[in-house]
Order: sequence, then structure tokens, then C-alpha cells
Amino acid sequence: MIYGFGLAKGMGVTLKALVGPSFTVQYPDRRVGIMGAAKAAGISTPSLLFKHPIKALRAVLGFEHIAVMPTQSSRFRGNDFTWYEDRCTGCASCAKYCPLGIIKIVTLPGGINMQEGESYAIETFDIDTGRCMFCALCVEACPYDALHMGSEFERSNYVRMDLVLTKEDLIAAPKHPSTWFRPQMEEAGYSPFAEALEDMKKAGRHETPTVDELTQTWVKDRRTDEVVED
Amino acid sequence: MPLKTEPITINVGPQHPSTHGVFRMRVTFDGEEVIDVEPIFGYLHRGSEKLAESRTYTQIVTLTDRMDYVASMTSNLSFILSVEKLSGIDPSPRGVWLRMIAAELQRIASHLVATGFFLQDLGTLGTPLIYMMRERETILELFERLCGARITNSYMRPGGVFMDAPDDFWPALDRFLADMPHRIDEYEDLISGNEIVAVRCDGVAVVDSQTLIDASITGPMLRASGIDWDLRNRQPYEYYDRVKFNRPLATASDNYARYIVRIHEMRESLGIIKQCLEQIEPGPVRPESVPFLIRPPAGDSYVGTESPKGELGFYLVSDGGVAPYRCKVRAPSLINLTLLREMLIGDKLADLFVTFGSIDINMGEVDR
Repeated sequence: MIYGFGLAKGMGVTLKALVGPSFTVQYPDRRVGIMGAAKAAGISTPSLLFKHPIKALRAVLGFEHIAVMPTQSSRFRGNDFTWYEDRCTGCASCAKYCPLGIIKIVTLPGGINMQEGESYAIETFDIDTGRCMFCALCVEACPYDALHMGSEFERSNYVRMDLVLTKEDLIAAPKHPSTWFRPQMEEAGYSPFAEALEDMKKAGRHETPTVDELTQTWVKDRRTDEVVED
Repeated sequence: MPLKTEPITINVGPQHPSTHGVFRMRVTFDGEEVIDVEPIFGYLHRGSEKLAESRTYTQIVTLTDRMDYVASMTSNLSFILSVEKLSGIDPSPRGVWLRMIAAELQRIASHLVATGFFLQDLGTLGTPLIYMMRERETILELFERLCGARITNSYMRPGGVFMDAPDDFWPALDRFLADMPHRIDEYEDLISGNEIVAVRCDGVAVVDSQTLIDASITGPMLRASGIDWDLRNRQPYEYYDRVKFNRPLATASDNYARYIVRIHEMRESLGIIKQCLEQIEPGPVRPESVPFLIRPPAGDSYVGTESPKGELGFYLVSDGGVAPYRCKVRAPSLINLTLLREMLIGDKLADLFVTFGSIDINMGEVDR
């Protein structure tokens, strides 16, 4: 073996990587040339030159950037939650199974959501995402598919209190649920990046539970179990 | 007249980039030679074992992610096997195969990180590290398709895995399996024959096999000294008795041997994944009968598994409740670290971090 042969072989690998394809992922935007700028604007390269000469010049000089969409799996557990108020019965399964206890639920009797045969109004539904570790056990525990992981991940804030997702925040947020632990969404071919899923009926394994279903699955089973003989 | 010299004591860490986390060594040097090392750890202690006593078995899976955070899948697997033994759950076959695929992918990812940072400590200025991070990125993307997270997976559940792999996972895995052998060849071309690496690593920090056995060292460190000890082969768990694989061995027990064993183990892991893909069959990924809240009968259990770093096992004691009475982790990172003093004494300052990197520890698992 000639001394230095191994070094030369290693140098060959790095030289190959020098001319090979780049693996760097540009985010949130990447630089484009004149053809890329024309493609992003949806017009041909000559028409870009005539219609937007300044833009074409910027592209030639390398100052033109286009936004890059993040590539993530549809099961991606984002930094966010999607919650359908009409599906939620306020049963607090999610709060119970959360390892950190960061979900706070307060319910009032006399609302629209059904739990154990009575109607409840959800007054508070707070998720403290500042302490959340996004393990998604709450999503796994939800019996009515009301709570889903979201797909958003750019949620940096200046104020720590803004990290607490309140009921109003959750209602107002665009609904892009992740398909984590939601096989019905995967079967339906739903992708959280293509469109929002505002219809709460499509989000669940079944329609909104009726009073009969609720009394059957929750109340009757539980009452027969809890008969205590003295 | 010779110069009058005296030993000098230096604190390395805890905030040192080469200590792979918050680890501190109080090193005494005589000139450039190490004459004493005192490892000090505990800076990352989060009390995971105590926290486990107040959580249900499913919730503890999230804690095991954060113990060895470059090999979460194997941590999950070890804990889940112990829970299954404790509560007598019979796992679904498809779930077991998926767990094996995930664990072997994680082994490759962990070895990539170990080798990359070992070479970084050697002074290769990042080229092999970036190459290996590139392939690790592919594995993490596979994990993201599988379970929605890259590092803190929480993928496995008692009885199997939480959900079947999506349809787009299998072609991506095939592409990875086709691509990865060329990548490993690339690493070997880059590093294995390199004369500088050989000069720096051959014969450095040699530990004889009897010392390793006496200190109960496991994993690639032990196999680099020629001892054929792999729990996947010696005490087969999961379906490791249904796949064929070699145990790469080296005899030199120096830094280069520890590196080359890891490189060869990656090839074996690829072979195991291919055999898993041949044998996996459709079916449920976890039995319907396993409840979300497990109450195992009173008793205890321990299952030793071969994590990328060595024997990892969870000793669980149950009193019949929803949470374990006691959870003790046999962490390979901590136990492999105990020979650090013997390995370093007599070496030069420049070999300090190289030797430390060759042990492949993870501070999250050392301190828990």
C-alpha cells in the first residue's frame, strides 16, 4: 500500500460531493435565477423580460427570492392544536391523559355539548403550549375526535402568555389538523397542507354523537359498573 | 539542568462543545500527558426514574424519548418490552416487525451520530459529520412519516405501535435501503483508509477485554475487543431469532476498532431491515384488548435489549396500580463511562476527546 493512497481516495469523495447535487434545504425562501422567477410568476421568460424588466434584472443579479413551502409529513405533530368545539363534550379525557397536566377545562351545565346525558357549555379550554412537549397523548385519548394536532410550527412569540392557546384562539385558528392518530383522515386522503378542514363532520370517525349514543356508551355502562354492594 | 515542572489540573466542561452535553472532567496533566481524570456528571439530571413513579405506563413512553435523545426508538422499545413482560401482553406480529424496523433505523442513525462526532473530535472539521448528518436526516424524515416526530418519537405502545405506517413510508424506506450501502462505502473511502485517522486512532486507549467484562461494559465497545456479546443474538427479544445477521467484531479494542465496528454494524442493520420487510404481513398493529390505562399485576420485570450504545433495560416494579412502584434504568451510556479514567491515563491531551467520543455516550441517558 502506497502511503497517502487513503488520503487521495478520501479527497476523491469530497471532490465528487463538490460537483454532485446539493443537499441543502433553503427555508423560508430561496434565490432563483431568471427562469425560476418567470416560472414562479407563471409567465414565460421573454414576457418576464418585457413586462417586469426590473424583476428580471434582480433575478439576473441574484437578488430575487421565492418562498419555499416546508416539506413535512401529514402526520407531523406541529406546534399547534386544532379543536372542533361542536365535537367536544368537555369530558376532559385529554386533560386527564396529559403527562404534564397543561390542559385546563371548565364546563358549565346547560350548554349545547352533551356529556353523560346532560348538556354542558365549555367555558374554558386552555392549552399551555409553552410547557407542552407535543407527545399527542391528548389526541390519542380524545374519544370524539374533537382535538387534533395542528400542522403549524412557526409559533414564536415575544410574550410567554401568548403561548397559552385559549378557547377563542382555538376557535379562530385555521383548521389544518395533522393526521396523527386519525386513520379516517388518512383513508380519506386528506392532506393538511392542501386545504383547511373546517367541516367538523369530516374530522371524526363518525358524526356528532347523539344523546342516545352518549347515554349508551358512557352513562349506562358506567352505572352498572359502579353498583356498590355493602 | 531540567526545567522544574508540576502537574496542572484543568476543568473540561460542563459547557464544552466536545463533551457531548453537560459533562465535566477534572483532568490533571503532566505536561501534555494525562495522569488523572475525575468524571463529574449529573448536570442534566431530570429525575426521570422518580417522575415515572407518578405517571401511567403510556405516559412514561414520553420520558424514555428524552433519556437517550439520539436513539429514542430503542429507548421506547426497551421500556415497552419490560411493560409487556410485566403485564403479560402478547404483541401483534405486525407491530413487532414495525418496532424492529424502527429500532434498526434508529441504530443506524445513532451510529451515524456517534461516528460523525467521534471524527469531529478527531479534528476532521466537519466533512464526515455533515455527510453522516445528511443520511441521518433521511432517517429522521422516515420517522416523521411514521410517527409525526423526528427526535421525540413516542411511537411504540404496549402491544405494538400506535398506528400502522402510512403508504408513502414503504417506498421511501426502499429508496433509503437502496441508497445507504453506497453512502457507507463513501464513509469507508473517506475515513477507513485514511492514514491520518489510522495514525491518530490505532493503539490509542486500548483496554483489554477482561477489564471491559469486569466493568460490565456492553455494546460496540465490548465487541471492539473481540467478545461476541450481542443481546439480539444471545437473548433474542422481539423477532430477532427469525432474522439472520452477523456480529461485526474487532480485536484491537482501540479507538479505530470501536469506529470500524459501528460502521460494520450499520450494514448489518440494513440487512435486518430487509429481512423484516420480507417477513412483515398485514394485520393489526396492536391488539384491541390492550387498554389505554394498563394495570399490571404486582411483580417486577426486566428485559435487556441491545440499544446502539449497549445493554439497555428497564427494571419495573408494579404494586398493581396504574403507575410503576419503581422504575430503574440500566443505562449503557453511564456504565460505559465508568472506564474513562483507565482509558485516558497515559494518553495525550489531543487524544482526550477522541477517546471520549469513541465511547459514544449520551448525557441525557447518563444523568436521566
